[in-house]
Amino acid sequence: MADKYRVVGAVRETLRAELEHDEEVVLYGEDVGRAGGVFRATEGLLDDFPDRVFDTPVAEAGIVGAGAGLAATGLRPVAEIQFQSFIYQGFHQLAQHVARMRSRTRGTLTLPMTIRTPYGGGIHALELHSESYEAGFSHVPGLTVVVPSTPAETSGLLRSAIRHPDPVVFLEPTRLYRSVREEVPEDHEIPLGESRIAEPGEDVTVVAWGSMLQRTLDVADDIDASVEVVDPRTIHPLDTETITDSVKKTGRCVVVHEAPRTAGMAGEITARINEDAFLYLEAPVERVTGYDVPVPFFAREDDYVPDEERIAEGIRKTVEF
Amino acid sequence: MPRETVAEFSVESVQALSEDGEIDEDLAPSLSDDQLLELYELMKRSRRLDERAISLQRRGELGTYAPAIGQEAAQVGSAFAMADDDWIVPSFRESAALLTRGTDPHRILWYALGMEEGAEIPDGANAFPPSIPVGSQPLHAAGIGWGEGIQDRPNVAVTYFGDGATSEGDVYEAFNFAGVYDAQTVFVCQNNRYAISTRLADQTAAETLAQKAIAAGIDGVRVDGNDVLGVYRVVQEALKRAREGEPMLVETLTYRRSMHTTSDDPSAYRDAEEEEEWEARDPIVRFQVYLEENGILDQERKEEVEQRVESEISEAIERAKEGAADVDGADMFRYVYDEMPPYLEGQLQEFEG
Repeated sequence: MADKYRVVGAVRETLRAELEHDEEVVLYGEDVGRAGGVFRATEGLLDDFPDRVFDTPVAEAGIVGAGAGLAATGLRPVAEIQFQSFIYQGFHQLAQHVARMRSRTRGTLTLPMTIRTPYGGGIHALELHSESYEAGFSHVPGLTVVVPSTPAETSGLLRSAIRHPDPVVFLEPTRLYRSVREEVPEDHEIPLGESRIAEPGEDVTVVAWGSMLQRTLDVADDIDASVEVVDPRTIHPLDTETITDSVKKTGRCVVVHEAPRTAGMAGEITARINEDAFLYLEAPVERVTGYDVPVPFFAREDDYVPDEERIAEGIRKTVEF
Repeated sequence: MPRETVAEFSVESVQALSEDGEIDEDLAPSLSDDQLLELYELMKRSRRLDERAISLQRRGELGTYAPAIGQEAAQVGSAFAMADDDWIVPSFRESAALLTRGTDPHRILWYALGMEEGAEIPDGANAFPPSIPVGSQPLHAAGIGWGEGIQDRPNVAVTYFGDGATSEGDVYEAFNFAGVYDAQTVFVCQNNRYAISTRLADQTAAETLAQKAIAAGIDGVRVDGNDVLGVYRVVQEALKRAREGEPMLVETLTYRRSMHTTSDDPSAYRDAEEEEEWEARDPIVRFQVYLEENGILDQERKEEVEQRVESEISEAIERAKEGAADVDGADMFRYVYDEMPPYLEGQLQEFEG
C-alpha cells in the first residue's frame, strides 16, 4: 500500500528507493549527508548508504563538473544544488559539457545524471533563494528540464529522471516541499516529455507548473468558467501536443509561471500554439507571470509571484475577450 | 607560543635528461630500447602532424588548429606512462598525447575540420573529447578518478591543461574535489609559458604552478617538460600514487614553440630571440641526441622513422578529406537526446525540406 508523503518526503523516499534499486546511483551535494539536506530531503540516506552518499565541498561547478566524470565511469550521479540560484556557478559546466556531450561525440559518450534543486519562491527566504530559471535551462539543447507539482508526481518524475539516459535538471518547488501530503505509489515512473491534464474543462486552457499549478487549480474551482488545466511536468523537451490539443478544444489559453515574462516559457508556448492551433484561437494567449524584475527580497515577494487574483484576472480576460 | 609556523611546503623539480642530452642514471626510467624508439617516433609523428596541419590550414583546407609543437615530450612522456584502461581528459592542444593513446591522426584532423566525428570516443576507449573551455575539464577527471575509486577499479584519469587554466576557479575546485575524495587522478599542467599572448608573470604571482595543488591538500611536482624521460618518470610515479587514491599535480615546464592556434601571430607579443632560444631546447632534438649518443638511434633508423611518419600522416590527411566529403547535415539532430523529441523531428523534416 502506498504511504502518504509531502513533496519533501516523496523526494527522500524516491531517492532511497533508487539507491536500493540500482547500486550505480550515487547521491552528493552540499550538506546532503550528515545534515540530510537543508530541506531534509536526503535525511537518513547517508546512514543507510554510507558508501554512496557524499557531502561535497561548497563548489557548484565542482558538483556539476565532477558529476560528468562520475557518469562517464558508469555511475548514475544524483546531485543536489542547495538552491537553484547557486547553480549559476556551475551553469557553465552544464552548458559547455553536460548538455552537449552526447551531441558532440555523436552518442559515443553520454552523461546520465540528475541535478535536483529547490526552485521558485514562496518561503520567504533570503535573496537569490527564490528564482525560477526553467526557461534558461530549456534554452540549452540537450538538457531535460522537469518541474513536479505534487508528492506523487514528484516521486514518479524523479524516478524517471534518475533512470533517464540524458542529463535532467529537476526543479523542486520549495513552496510545495511541506504543503499537502498524499499517497505516493511505490516504484512508479512517470514518463518524461509527457504533459498531463490536471483538470479537464471546456472553456479555457490554463498551462501551469510547479507551485503555480495548485494555485491555478484553486482558482479554477472558484471561477465562473470551465477551466482545463494542463501541467507540462517536463518543461523541456515540451510535450506541445497535449497543450495544443486542449487549445483546439477550448479556443483560449492562459500560461502561468513565476519566472519573468520576457523570454520566458509562456512566450515559447504561445509561439507553439500559434504554429499548431492558430485557427482555433478565440482570444490571444494570455501570460500571467512574474514581472521582468530581479525577484525582490521577501518583503515584496508576494507582490512579485502571480497570486490567485492575477491568475483569475488572466482567465477572465481571456474568456471574456 | 603566540606565533609559530604551522605548515611548511616545498616543491620538487625533476630533470632526467639534461639539455645537452646527458642522462641522470638515478632518474632514468627503465625503458627498453624499443620503447625509447617508440617514444621518439611518437614525438616525430606528432610534430609532423602539427606541421602538416598548419600548412593545410594555410591553404584553406583545415579549420583552426592548435599545434603542440615544442610540447611533445610533456605529452608523449606522460601519456606513455598510462595503463590501457586509464582515462585521458584532454584540452584542445593534445595531438601528441592523443597519438600516444592510439588515436588515429585522421580523427584529430576531423576535429579541426569542424566535424563531430573527430570528437567521437572510439569503442572501448576511456576518454573524453577535447575540451575547448579553458580549465573546465580537470573537474571531469576529478569526477572520473572519484568514480573509479567508488567502484573499486584501478583506473586513473589523466587530464591535460595549460598554465592559463590554473587561473580558472574550476581547476582549483578539481584539485579540491580530488583531495577530498582521494580521487585516482593525475593533473598534468603543461606550463608552456603563454596563454595566447599572456605571459606567465602576468597570469599568476605564484612561483610555480605545482604549488597551486598544495593549498588543496594534494602534492604538486615540477618536471622539465622538454625532457621526455623525466616526464615519463614523474608521471609514472604519480600514476602509481593515484591508483592508491593519492591524486597529484605534475607541472611540466615547457614552451609553446608555435602559435596558440593558426589564428594567432606570436610575433605580436614575443620576440624572435626568445623563440630561437627555445628552438635550441627543442624536446625532440634533446632526446635524439641522447638516443644517438647511446647507440639506440642511427641514421638509417632515423630515415626509416621519418619515412613512416610521413606516409602515415599523408594517409591520415587523405582519410580525413574523404570523411569530410561525407558530412551529413541532418546528423546534427540525431544525437541531441537519446530519443528525438517531436519538435526536433519537426525541425529535421523542415531541414530536409
